[in-house]
Amino acid sequence: MTDASWETLSNQAVAVCGVVYFLALISHLVEWSALRKLPVSVGSVSVPERGGVATLEGPGVDEDAERRTNLFGRLGLMLTVIAVAVHFVALLGRGMAADPNRVPWGNMYEFTLSGTFFIGFLYLVLYRRFSLAWMAPIVTFLIVALLMVDVIWLYDEVAPLTEALNSPWLVIHVVSAVISTGAFTLGAIGSLLYLLKDRAIKRGREGGYLGRVPAPATLDRVSYRLHAFAFPVWTFAVLITGPIWAHQAWASYWNWDPKEVWAFITWVVYAGYLHARATAGWKGRNAAILALVGVATLWFNFIGINFFSSSSQHSYAEGLAVEHVVSTRL
Amino acid sequence: MSDRLADPDRRTGELNFRELLRWAWRQLTSMRTALILLLLLALAAVPGSLIPQQGVDALKTSQWQEAHPDLTPVYDRLGLFDVYGTPWFAAIYVLLMVSLVGCIIPRTLVYLRAIRSAPPRAPRNLGRLPDHASYRTDEDVEVVLERARQVLRRRRYRVRPDDGDASVSSERGYLREVGNLVFHLSVIIVLVGFAYGSLFGYKGGVILPVGTEFSNTLTQYDDFVPGDLFSDDDMEPFCFTVDDFDVEWLTSGPRAGMSRGFNADTRYQADCTGADASDEQQYDLRVNHPLAIGKTEVFLIGHGYAPVITVRDGEGNVAWNAPTIFLPQDQTLFSFGVVKAGGARPSQIGLEGVLFPTFVLDSNGDPQNLMGQLNNPLLSMSVYSGDLGLSDGSPQSVYILEKDGLEKLKNDDGSDFRLDMQVGDTVELPNGLGSVTFDGIQEWNRLQISRTPGKLVALTGVVLALIGLLGSLFIRPRRLWVRARVVDGETLVEVAALDRSGGGDVTPEIETVVAALRGDPPAEEKS
Repeated sequence: MTDASWETLSNQAVAVCGVVYFLALISHLVEWSALRKLPVSVGSVSVPERGGVATLEGPGVDEDAERRTNLFGRLGLMLTVIAVAVHFVALLGRGMAADPNRVPWGNMYEFTLSGTFFIGFLYLVLYRRFSLAWMAPIVTFLIVALLMVDVIWLYDEVAPLTEALNSPWLVIHVVSAVISTGAFTLGAIGSLLYLLKDRAIKRGREGGYLGRVPAPATLDRVSYRLHAFAFPVWTFAVLITGPIWAHQAWASYWNWDPKEVWAFITWVVYAGYLHARATAGWKGRNAAILALVGVATLWFNFIGINFFSSSSQHSYAEGLAVEHVVSTRL
Repeated sequence: MSDRLADPDRRTGELNFRELLRWAWRQLTSMRTALILLLLLALAAVPGSLIPQQGVDALKTSQWQEAHPDLTPVYDRLGLFDVYGTPWFAAIYVLLMVSLVGCIIPRTLVYLRAIRSAPPRAPRNLGRLPDHASYRTDEDVEVVLERARQVLRRRRYRVRPDDGDASVSSERGYLREVGNLVFHLSVIIVLVGFAYGSLFGYKGGVILPVGTEFSNTLTQYDDFVPGDLFSDDDMEPFCFTVDDFDVEWLTSGPRAGMSRGFNADTRYQADCTGADASDEQQYDLRVNHPLAIGKTEVFLIGHGYAPVITVRDGEGNVAWNAPTIFLPQDQTLFSFGVVKAGGARPSQIGLEGVLFPTFVLDSNGDPQNLMGQLNNPLLSMSVYSGDLGLSDGSPQSVYILEKDGLEKLKNDDGSDFRLDMQVGDTVELPNGLGSVTFDGIQEWNRLQISRTPGKLVALTGVVLALIGLLGSLFIRPRRLWVRARVVDGETLVEVAALDRSGGGDVTPEIETVVAALRGDPPAEEKS
């Protein structure tokens, strides 16, 4: 295959996986909406408003509806598996289309493509271990939305790497950053649902989707474990491989470059999250809020800094960095 | 307490100085304070990423300051142009470090005691713990307990010596706290390495034309930022020359005009001083591949062009003949530079202008530079005559023409006189001032030369921190108790566990232990 046909393949694969993710989202929505309707279909006035779970476990369960729910749940999962596989083909195609071949994360488009891939991939890998079924509609929605943003606003043709990016550290530094971004994002979904569920319970309004997600303690634990996985990987990316590469390419292992500063801020906020979970008065709600702040800084760093900060050496708009020795004006 | 009561002058709640200190220390080293300091540190780092920083991009900073004359003095007083060097930023991290040390030392002592002590006795009522299980069996109490000890030891639990209360107490995951302590200690190691590097290291830059020798002395640098405790004696006596510089230009594809494959063919000697000069060595200096000479490293970070310009004055003498460094203004290496021919007579001559490496006229007839490759180089300069201001002793940038004493040359029709020259061209200046020749173009490299002591200390620190972090996140400290007693002629076995990390789920662990207790003992122990 030529480079051009690899690029075409990649573009088609992105389109296909976007559609399949969307279908997965639809079938998960059908799954969850069927559950929402349950109390109505039972037709019992005595069913309490927050009785979603109770209805499922109770004797009056509409078995047909339950079967349909399971069917759509499985269908959604299967479609997600297919979509992630096609997503991988899209990444592979990007890498093979470049001359010379390289890892598919040389610009924002590719980074977002890899980031969403790892969100989906980690979700599938951890699906059974952490019983993530409740996360399905949010994860598929998030991936579809990010892929749309990626294709519409961030698309870029396959291009050779700029010189500073041409290093083995590109593979190891960026892949660890992308993986931890995926895991932090999944963890943030857990923390967000924890906050919503916690509030719903306190207000006594725990119907619909929120009625089905696990108990706050479980959400908190799943979220913590995702963060506990992501944090060391982020540490590796930002505080080990990043400085090593920065030292090789820019002569200084820590430059207070905006991207570095924000990566550091993200690191500090997540370190705060991990401490908060062990501190009286910060457990639970405040810790979950910190996790959301962390994910906000993470995505701001990725999107915001690239667009708003022209002084960042990470903006990749240029080739070999050109430094001005003195102020010059014509 | 007793001396407090003995002092009748004191009101309740009043602290003496020592108590105040102790109170302050307790506050500072509390987890809550550490957490708040941590978040403050994150918050304090934000402005440095939004406002241009002097130490990161001096040019951008001065441009910003000119654009915001009202805010600049306020920001300047707050240190917002050098956030990471301000006292308030330092205050946060110093307090954080003190808090850290104050946390680590007592915890280490507690840990050292804990590591020698046996697991705590079983709580009286295991059924009250959130995670527990029980089953009934015909086996003797002692048999069950003995098996429990074996099972737990095999599962790497530390088991409390039997003290005859018909229960087994065990604990595992002692290394988690070690991981925790290692992580926090390593943070301090990293800071020490970082501080050492910024105190004793230096960072300098030089623009070096291809073929010119650089010897490592202070005067050779264009800019030089030493650490506070750096001494000039630490400069290593090396020298090097870039003999040849290769660039590969992309002429097609989406990045046409981009350059890559930079390679500076460098000849160097680790010691160039006289008698004990060392042998010459060769190195292909590339981006991402710095040249290490002793403890100093040389990095290739930029390149550009130096047109070779000859200026002859009105008396026919050569007043300037040198490769003149032009500074790139953008990625296409469209460059700006000046010539100061101070020796020209009857009046001094200054040139100021731009170099187009690939000159084209766009569809509107405006001059454009297509790319950085030297396909159609054109030098376009204005000419000034008069006093260059070189004699008054004040330092001048070689890249800026001081125009106070200069007059721009005009054509007869009153328009500005401009030199537009291709390589090999010679143009006569008006009024018999002389001539300018564009002889050729040389390349130059911008090199960063730095010495960063302590970088391995910092690296070791973060690697240790990561290892400690993994330990503290993934080692699950838990206590597990097994109690057996006779109830209604059967043995009731209760198993309960407590997760001490706050993130673990001990139910599977209890299930595994119960299964091992109930099931047949493993084969090797049957006989």
